Amino acid sequence: MSIPFTTQTINLLASILLLIAFAMLSQRRILSLINLFAWQGLVLSVSTFVVAYSTAQRHLYYSAALTLLLKVLVLPWLLHRLIRKLNVKWDVETLINIPATMLVGIALVIFAFNLAAPISQLSESITRGLIGIALASVLLSLLMMITRRKAISQVVAFLSLENGLFFAATSATQGMPLVVELGIALDVLVATFIFGIFFFQIRETFDSLDITHMEKLKDD
Amino acid sequence: MDAVGVLPLDVVGGVILLWLLLGLFGLVLQNTPHIISSVIFPLGAIAALAVAGTGLWALGEHASYAILPMGLPDLPLHLRLDPLAAFFLILLGGASFGVSLFSAGYFKSMQGNTLGLLCLEYHLFLAGMALVLLADDAYMFMVAWETMALSSYFLVTTDHHVPDIRKAGFLYLLIAHVGAIAILLSFGVMQGGHGIGAYTFAAMREAHLPVFWSSVAFLLALFGFGAKAGLLPLHVWLPEAHPAAPSPVSALMSGIMLKTAIYGILRVTFDLLSVQQWWWGVLALALGLITAIFGVMFAAVQGDMKRLLAYSSIENIGLLLVGIGLTIIFHVYGKDALAALSLTATLYHSLNHAFFKSLLFIGTGSILHATGERNMGRMGGLIRHMPWVAVLMLVGVLSISGLPPFNGFVSEWLLLQAFLLSPGLPNSYINMLIPVAAAVIALAAALAAYVMVKFYGIIFLGQPRGEAKAQPHDAGIWERIGLCWLSLGCVALGLAPVYVVKQLDLVTQVLVGRGLGNAAAGWLFLAPVDIERASYSPVIFLLAVLGVMLVTALAVRHFYHGRLRRGPAWDCGFPAQNARMQDTAEGFGQPIRRIFEPFFRIESELPSAFDTHPRYHGRSDDRIWFALYLPIKRITEKFSSWASLLQHGRIHLYLTYTFATLVVLLAFV
Repeated sequence: MSIPFTTQTINLLASILLLIAFAMLSQRRILSLINLFAWQGLVLSVSTFVVAYSTAQRHLYYSAALTLLLKVLVLPWLLHRLIRKLNVKWDVETLINIPATMLVGIALVIFAFNLAAPISQLSESITRGLIGIALASVLLSLLMMITRRKAISQVVAFLSLENGLFFAATSATQGMPLVVELGIALDVLVATFIFGIFFFQIRETFDSLDITHMEKLKDD
Repeated sequence: MDAVGVLPLDVVGGVILLWLLLGLFGLVLQNTPHIISSVIFPLGAIAALAVAGTGLWALGEHASYAILPMGLPDLPLHLRLDPLAAFFLILLGGASFGVSLFSAGYFKSMQGNTLGLLCLEYHLFLAGMALVLLADDAYMFMVAWETMALSSYFLVTTDHHVPDIRKAGFLYLLIAHVGAIAILLSFGVMQGGHGIGAYTFAAMREAHLPVFWSSVAFLLALFGFGAKAGLLPLHVWLPEAHPAAPSPVSALMSGIMLKTAIYGILRVTFDLLSVQQWWWGVLALALGLITAIFGVMFAAVQGDMKRLLAYSSIENIGLLLVGIGLTIIFHVYGKDALAALSLTATLYHSLNHAFFKSLLFIGTGSILHATGERNMGRMGGLIRHMPWVAVLMLVGVLSISGLPPFNGFVSEWLLLQAFLLSPGLPNSYINMLIPVAAAVIALAAALAAYVMVKFYGIIFLGQPRGEAKAQPHDAGIWERIGLCWLSLGCVALGLAPVYVVKQLDLVTQVLVGRGLGNAAAGWLFLAPVDIERASYSPVIFLLAVLGVMLVTALAVRHFYHGRLRRGPAWDCGFPAQNARMQDTAEGFGQPIRRIFEPFFRIESELPSAFDTHPRYHGRSDDRIWFALYLPIKRITEKFSSWASLLQHGRIHLYLTYTFATLVVLLAFV
């Protein structure tokens, strides 16, 4: 059985997406992390574009353009600006035990695929194998949020979690209504601004962006 | 029905709306506090009088119904006014008329914004209590009940700047809510799982629960209403909240709100549950006896006048519960005449307590304004400065002590008659219990008189004990009117028992199937069962007392030689007399404290004999607080400290919780 070219492309893009998620999980440098995030956004945008082309849904083109604008240009730019202002551009995080994290990540991917299998059976769309990948990248981002110690990398993880959700929505189930997508895009933008403000506040208070300092806030 | 087409229920509903409006006006008129105190409160009082009048009207009518066009889907709000509700409306209206008039004077000197809020809460409180009495479905009842609880909470914490008052308010709110949960569960049991429509009281009456579930419903209701009434061991909020609240609020809470709990117990036991069990009665009787004795004992050792009255309220609630227990026992064993007698006594005592306890509480308000003191140890000799308050409170004190011809005597006498006239019941244990219970009631009544001698004597008689204000002033005109109304009520209820009992028959007929009837059938004598066995006529008693006094006065006048010589009182040969030599509140309570020592948790500190500035310090605490409440508090704290183990302040950990929850839900759901 031959698979149409568009579907093959989408599958390729999905695997790149997953690969980038793993790369982010193991990336120590904050600057590279942001660049990876931008690449992930680009992949997302292209895959949305391909889906739009193959299913001829016009509103998905808008989605793709929006993703390109927001996730590849605006958000990375904002984050770059932030780390420049905060003077953490060359910071390196001490990640504990990268191989173990990767192993947990692989287990998560298997879990996600296993979980997505019955859902994929129900799906009629051309991209039905992709729900597992989308779910896996969401879980990997969540794992990244857990393992990181710096506030900025947690925010990047949060944004990439949103990428995974977006991928699930557009590529796997052919998109949400445009209004919803616009709303989500705006939310993410606003969230990034708010996080930026919080970074400054955190550094003011603790003289560092390392969130282990927040343990002092615990009520005894 | 009525020719005009107006039902009693319409009138009461109108008054409730009026109260709500008056409360809102109070909020609007914050900038003109004198209008709030001299217009809004008296208007509220007149509305209260209308409620009382309507209640009297509705006693003789059939129950009237109304369904309001709001509420839950499938469960609009039901209202119903039957004789039981009508009786408690009389109580509410009659007592709050006096208290509202008193408030008009009492709150005069208050700050505008505080007064506006207080006015709103006060009238909301009255409306809430009236709605509790009118509610005819569980939802309406709970809404009204919570309105009542919350508005009274805010009234208690009027002076919320004082940390102790905030604490007292919190305790009150906590116990009120524990009780409300029990009441809600009780309604849930009674509706028996028949869907939301079964939450109306009409459906509950038809439910005919099995014995087990009706017992569960009764126990939950007893617990829930007991928490509001101050039944042991849920009484702890009363002695804390009453001293904290402004005096008119204490009067409303003690005089009326506690009675709504009694109303609730009566409503659930005799109306909503179709069949009673004899052991319910024994349980209520036993709890009531313990509560009564406990309350009066603690009242005897208090030094704070409002705390003393709060404990005395606990005692009276105990007596009321004894009456309810006795009614249940007699009703179950088919002795309807006796059931009617003890129920009459219970209702009568509720009404009496509403009047004399409100009277005493607002009286303490006047004293508090005049002296700025709650501690009786610093008072004394106030009768010379506050003759009005002294005389009117004497009426209340005599009533609460159960002396004829005042009202307290009639209801306590009826209750004791119910005990003494009880013939052999088919259960020999109960037969043995009843004389013991009668003895305990007599003891409680006697101790209550002792407490009141202390209360009145220490406050009004003797010399000033402390450095109180130089010249305490008497109550103002509004305060006097309020005090007068309530003491007139005490006297009238004491002098016209035959009329009152005739009205109460209308209520008992609904609840236990027959009225007391008056065996003597005359207007002069009250004879509960048989005129041969026991009868009482307050009018003849009063005439006899007056006659003896007149004869004595005439005799003295006849033999008296007319020469007058004034000299100093005999000083026992010890010339340097001062105010510290008088009996104190603590001293007066000392014998009780010694006799009942095991019941108190006493800590006292005696000065040495050579101390030049002797200071005596003594405290009698409630053992229940230490034996029951503190362990509960510790257990709760332990559980919550386990919960706080989850809190680490580490975001990773919180995210891990989220992650684990997500994975678990994804994998298993």
